[in-house]
Amino acid sequence: MLVRFLSMLRETGIPVSVTEYLAMLEALKGGIADYSVDNFYVLARTVLVKDERFYDRYDRVFAAHFSGIESMLDLLSGAEVPEDWLRRLAELQLTPEEKAKIDALGGLEQVMEALKERLKDQQGRHQGGNKWIGTAGRSPFGAYGYNPEGVRIGQDSSRQRSAIKVWDRREFRNLDDSLELGTRNLQVALRRLRRFAREGAAEELDLDGTIDATARNAGWLDLKLRPERHNALKVLLFLDVGGSMDDHIRLTEELFSAARSEFRHLEHYYFHNFVYETVWRDNHRRYQQRIPMQEVLRTYGPDYRLILVGDATMGPYEILRPGGSVEHWNEESGQTWLARLTAAFPRFAWLNPEPEERWEQVASIGVARQLLEGRMYPLTPGGLERATRVLNAR
Amino acid sequence: MHTKRFSGTSRYVATDDLSMAVSAAVTLGRPLLIKGEPGTGKTQLAEEIAGFLERPLYEWHVKSTTKAQQGLYEYDAVSRLRDSQLGDARVQEIGNYILKGRVWEAFTSEVQPVLLIDEIDKADIEFPNDLLRELDRMEFYVYETRELVRARHRPIIVITSNNEKELPDAFLRRCFFHYIRFPDTDTMRRIVDVHFPNIKKELLAEALEAFYRIRDVPGLKKKPSTSELLDWLKLLLAEDIAPEALRATDGKSTVPPLYGALLKNEQDVHLFEQLVFMHRRTAR
Repeated sequence: MLVRFLSMLRETGIPVSVTEYLAMLEALKGGIADYSVDNFYVLARTVLVKDERFYDRYDRVFAAHFSGIESMLDLLSGAEVPEDWLRRLAELQLTPEEKAKIDALGGLEQVMEALKERLKDQQGRHQGGNKWIGTAGRSPFGAYGYNPEGVRIGQDSSRQRSAIKVWDRREFRNLDDSLELGTRNLQVALRRLRRFAREGAAEELDLDGTIDATARNAGWLDLKLRPERHNALKVLLFLDVGGSMDDHIRLTEELFSAARSEFRHLEHYYFHNFVYETVWRDNHRRYQQRIPMQEVLRTYGPDYRLILVGDATMGPYEILRPGGSVEHWNEESGQTWLARLTAAFPRFAWLNPEPEERWEQVASIGVARQLLEGRMYPLTPGGLERATRVLNAR
Repeated sequence: MHTKRFSGTSRYVATDDLSMAVSAAVTLGRPLLIKGEPGTGKTQLAEEIAGFLERPLYEWHVKSTTKAQQGLYEYDAVSRLRDSQLGDARVQEIGNYILKGRVWEAFTSEVQPVLLIDEIDKADIEFPNDLLRELDRMEFYVYETRELVRARHRPIIVITSNNEKELPDAFLRRCFFHYIRFPDTDTMRRIVDVHFPNIKKELLAEALEAFYRIRDVPGLKKKPSTSELLDWLKLLLAEDIAPEALRATDGKSTVPPLYGALLKNEQDVHLFEQLVFMHRRTAR
């Protein structure tokens, strides 16, 4: 039973090894968990999970495994309820009489079954009311509402204090690094970027090491060198602006400018939807001050890392055909220009704020990924990590 | 040897999951890695465990320049060189120049000690890797004197991290892990009770309300933490502020008094004042 639990943890990407399994058995043998599920939940988390990023996934696996509802895992990973449905808009105020009127639906299994059904039926966001999933309603699903047997989805503090199980509360949700960048996540992402900027370096004189080595040599000078801490990393940032991308772009710009002191050069350019023959640097004057792409290609050397940020969501012809751009007539196709960029800057990556699950469904993302040799990464701390690894490759 | 289960002390409130993590680490002799928001009492935990179990505490505070070797021992080559040039007799004995580190001291303790390795993420990225064998086998080798130092009693090791660097997998495998969450209102009430047993009920309720309201302000650079709340309460008590002054609903005085203790950042104070100002305008 435990082996299956462990392999389920591994399937969701939590790095659990035999060492942890043995430690777990040792702990159980030591009688620390004294046979209560709650204690077991905490103990197993302490022993098996080594990073708070995985707490949320652990909660989900635990719930799926130990309440015997195996389908819950597929349900939650496949049909994730969008965050914004659940964002709190109103707080439902109920009198005790009203509370008494609300019936519980039945056991946990029944509730989960019904939730699955409803996830299938429901197409849009919902708020209030007695049936659909959403916020501030009286349906057993969703958050900030009241139903004594409710299943909470995406709520960060328990309001009515009658949550079913601690692992179902999913309090560590915003620590998961596969989520998009939020304020707390931003800090983690920043640290990753800093590390990216500092890796691989020139040597400088290590004064302490030299003194020490010289002393050990009984006075013979022995020079020691060490890698320089501050690296001279050059980054060329291309940002997609206009429409739905603006929020993400602001976030990305903040992120990179916060890490700016770590880069020797950070140049940014804007484009709309896809890269063509001109880009611009100042959004207010995007029509007056266009910079020819050729000039960009000429100006910067191949030691620059190229990072493109955009949702790559458009008609595929905008990439593939000359004249495909929605804003102007382009003599050469977007793919030609992208090929020139990636040839000029062989270390490149594309960051995409769209959730990775959705990429398969958008044809233009598929096209762009092909052109990028698969180097497209989600705009999450985890995605940034993968992108920086590619950018650092020699 | 059987140890009693750590369940918090008169000065420290441990939640159930934390005390479970501690007792698992103590019983199985694994290092316990603690993470959490700044100000949630990570470092204090080691002191409290030591106090609770009545064990000596060895603290090793890690800085960005700290090397793993320094925790074990240091060979002071420079003073040996100086002594040799001055013709000091001590120079013959290399042991005179071996300085013991905190880990060595903990290893030679008469009773089982508690060893705190504080803010391990501050050090170089290789730092945890250099301690693997020491944490695993509880022994290390002193090359200069060719002696093997082995722990007399396996120390209870508490390691704290602020998440500034990823820790290597091999290191994590050897540790147990606990993430201290920011306390909810009930836990917070218990924590305040422990620190200020005589605080008036109304004042506490109002203060907690104001505190969580400030924490909920979106976009704060540094959210106030438990330790800041305790400082603030201390100030409120010292100034003898009436609970009414903290109430937000009267529409006038929505800035809590002495909020400088909660917000440590100029931009945060500025943001907060702006929000209060806007709130007042809409309330009118």
